[in-house]
Amino acid sequence: MNIEDIRKPENIVYRKPALLTDNIMHYCPGCSHGTVHKIVAEVIGEMGIQEKTIGICPVGCSVFAYNYIDIDWQEAAHGRAPALATATKRLCPDKYVFTYQGDGDLASIGTAEIIHACSRGENIVVIFINNGIYGMTGGQMAPTTLLGMKTSTTPYGRDAKLNGFPLKITEMLAALDGTAYITRQSVHTAPAARKAKNAIRKAFEYSDRNIGLSFVEIVSTCNSGWKLSPVAANKWMEENMFKEYPLGDIKDVLK
Amino acid sequence: MAEKVLMKGNEAIAISAIRNGVDGYFGYPITPQSEVMETLMKEKPWETTGMVVLQAESEVSSINMVYGGASCGKKVMTSSSSPGISLMCEGISYMAGAELPCVVVDVMRGGPGLGTIQPSQGDYNQIVKGGGHGDYHNIVIAPASAQDMYDFVDWGFELAFKYRNPVVVLADGVIGQMMEKVEIHPPKPRMTDEEIRTKAPWATVGKPASRERNIITSLSLDSDTQEAFNRKLHAKYSEIQEKEVKFTEYMTEDAEYLFTAFGCSSRICEAAVDMLRAEGIKAGLLRPVTLFPFPYKEISRLASQVKSIMSIELNFGQMVEDVRLGAENKCPVGFYGRQGGNIYTPEEVAEEFRKFNNIK
Repeated sequence: MNIEDIRKPENIVYRKPALLTDNIMHYCPGCSHGTVHKIVAEVIGEMGIQEKTIGICPVGCSVFAYNYIDIDWQEAAHGRAPALATATKRLCPDKYVFTYQGDGDLASIGTAEIIHACSRGENIVVIFINNGIYGMTGGQMAPTTLLGMKTSTTPYGRDAKLNGFPLKITEMLAALDGTAYITRQSVHTAPAARKAKNAIRKAFEYSDRNIGLSFVEIVSTCNSGWKLSPVAANKWMEENMFKEYPLGDIKDVLK
Repeated sequence: MAEKVLMKGNEAIAISAIRNGVDGYFGYPITPQSEVMETLMKEKPWETTGMVVLQAESEVSSINMVYGGASCGKKVMTSSSSPGISLMCEGISYMAGAELPCVVVDVMRGGPGLGTIQPSQGDYNQIVKGGGHGDYHNIVIAPASAQDMYDFVDWGFELAFKYRNPVVVLADGVIGQMMEKVEIHPPKPRMTDEEIRTKAPWATVGKPASRERNIITSLSLDSDTQEAFNRKLHAKYSEIQEKEVKFTEYMTEDAEYLFTAFGCSSRICEAAVDMLRAEGIKAGLLRPVTLFPFPYKEISRLASQVKSIMSIELNFGQMVEDVRLGAENKCPVGFYGRQGGNIYTPEEVAEEFRKFNNIK
């Protein structure tokens, strides 16, 4: 068998999505953002909606998402992405509009914006990266930080009496009538990434059906912030994060 | 003949928005300007022009909805009053940094803090000198009648798109609540998608294969890039100062004494000028219509002509600092103000004028 035989289309198991730019990613090796970006780029490409998609970046590590996916982007103030997306979708109802937000952005400073966007049933997609820590600013406690977890602002571990409890915002949002599809996924293995991709595709498809907001949480690793190797971070996530944040669909109004 | 309708200043804002092809209004209730959103909701423009009207969960959210809408090249606006405007200042700074056009109406009430719900001009420094973080300017236009409220929406969008910059209509509780005759102009249609693509090629309307992706952002981590951008912003502000100053003069031609006042205070000062003129005192009034850019040159010119200038404001001395800069020490500059929702009468202004100028 020669190399040309191997390169046949039916043999291709991986290629860089066309909508992923050639810019060098600033994410740390092992970080989940790179995988989720790739999935989002694949979904937009496969649905053929590049010209109809507007993304809203958060403040946090993924503030630079606009450098990596080849679509029109708006960069929001910290936590406000759902407000931008609300107006964008209402003023351009034929477009696909999504926000991409971390746990500090969505579950702390932006709680009002996400809750009310969900409550109003905005026809947008929200991709929520939950790694239980503030990555960009150097590893401080997030609302989703686990009890006992050490961060730079909980150096002795998160103490419920001092710091409160991990916020299960995804379950909260599922209780709101304006949400259509709420799911929690991860991308730490190939099968998990495939499931996450199906979920993100479903969320984009639902956003075109006028049935309310679709929300995909990705439980993610921040191995730099967690001070673990990429492999150890994946293991730690499986053993600890998934207990607090179990994977699977939480709500689907079309089921 | 154009139609004339009796309406409140706040209602004029709403009716003007619908008739001037505004695409979206996003707001949150606060006295004394809630009639803006109430009028819009009653008029249901989404059934006629297609204008989107949405009550947000907070002023923070409304201004960020405005950011999102403006990013799409749409004519979008909000309105609020002083405490609500404070909450919007973060968003306004981001919009100045992202060079986005929008119109924000501030119907000022008494402060600081929760303050009063009565009229004030206490937000002059906040709106004219900044408000949010960073080195930026709003374009600030100050209406003095319900007609101005109607006209300044369209003028505001013209300036906002010309310079890709937030425009603040700095009104006050008097102008918002007062009912006056307003001349209604023929309606203008909303911009078509094609017009937006031509007028706002930077807008995020979906990326076709034919162009690079559009990115609306105010972020740059590189010092030199940020400094170069800020130089560009300041060149824009200099151009605005050079080209867009607007003011009105009342009886200044032979004036020996000058009042400066904006918004509702200018209406009261006109009456005070008439009273003083009846006594044989040659008083006049300069009303800055644009507060940024400010009519420094015109004040300088008049400062060479008059014996004194007195700034009359519903605060304890904010615009007067700009008047002093304009007067360049050519004549004494005095001040009189009231606060808390108290409003001077023309008699009170004339009396304070006599005291300041030692006229018995």
